[in-house]
Amino acid sequence: MKLFLKTDSLFLAKKILEEKLDAFNIKYNLINTNEILFLENIDADTYQKITSILNEYGFEIIENQKNIIVEKIKETIIEMVFNDEVPSVKSSVYLAEKLDLSYGYLSNLFSEVTYTSIENFIIIQKIEYVKKLITHHNLTLTEIAFKLNYSSVAHLSSQFKNITGITPSAFQRILKKRNEIANQNIN
Amino acid sequence: MQKDFILITLADDDEDDRMFFTDAFEELKINTVVNTVNDGVALMNFLNASETVLPNIIFLDLNMPLKSGIECLKEIKADSKFKDIVIAIYSTSSSEEDIENTFVLGANIYIKKPNNFGKLKEILSEVVTLNWQYITSGLNKDNFLLRM
Repeated sequence: MKLFLKTDSLFLAKKILEEKLDAFNIKYNLINTNEILFLENIDADTYQKITSILNEYGFEIIENQKNIIVEKIKETIIEMVFNDEVPSVKSSVYLAEKLDLSYGYLSNLFSEVTYTSIENFIIIQKIEYVKKLITHHNLTLTEIAFKLNYSSVAHLSSQFKNITGITPSAFQRILKKRNEIANQNIN
Repeated sequence: MQKDFILITLADDDEDDRMFFTDAFEELKINTVVNTVNDGVALMNFLNASETVLPNIIFLDLNMPLKSGIECLKEIKADSKFKDIVIAIYSTSSSEEDIENTFVLGANIYIKKPNNFGKLKEILSEVVTLNWQYITSGLNKDNFLLRM
């Protein structure tokens, strides 16, 4: 005996996508079978699982080429800031060399995708590093300024205040009080 | 990979403020979906409703009838299902004590209500852009403090 079948690939694709995505308990919209809009943030781990399961069923994830370059720029900046290794050249030159693309191109692309400039992103990351050093390592501001190659504590403080609206010492005080409250609640 | 818009909820009892606020967002580069509630009780009902997709940022007026912004802030911070939401206090008060107190209670952003529309747009644009970096670049949200 033989069965003759007819398949509707769109219908199949939709069924599979719904079945697999529903299993993750994530709110999403299927715009059609080639576009999924997630209505909440997906962490890297879940994202990995979703892509690998979809790959199994023959769905290929087409990531935007621009996003890949932007991710590389971010990685390079974060490495640069958090490794305490101050590049001997200007960061624009450093990025252009690392990514083998012109800085003008990188700079435009970055602003287009992230809504902020590379320069601003570097400052945000530096401030993030300062915050980390203040909260985890109990370094004094003088030590932090030296470690991060700021010309003076005043320069560090004013950049911090510029970006966050509060001084580094107010930041330190607020986090300390938060910790005290959290510890009280545990005891 | 990331969704390309930011969900925003504003709790404010002043109708004019709500209108300015939603208008300001319409002109930003980053796509936002804004919904507004009129007081603190309405805010908590909205957040606790099972069909609600939780916002990325809540803008919270301090002086509201029925339930104040501070009470809402405490309730939100006490419930771990809200841990990913950024809280922006949006208030006319510029008392240092108020400001530091809201930060200690877990607010991430403190915005003094500006007195003109251009300034409001500028502030909201900066807040949303910086918040976008927190969503997309793995910055530590516990260290997110911003005063505008």
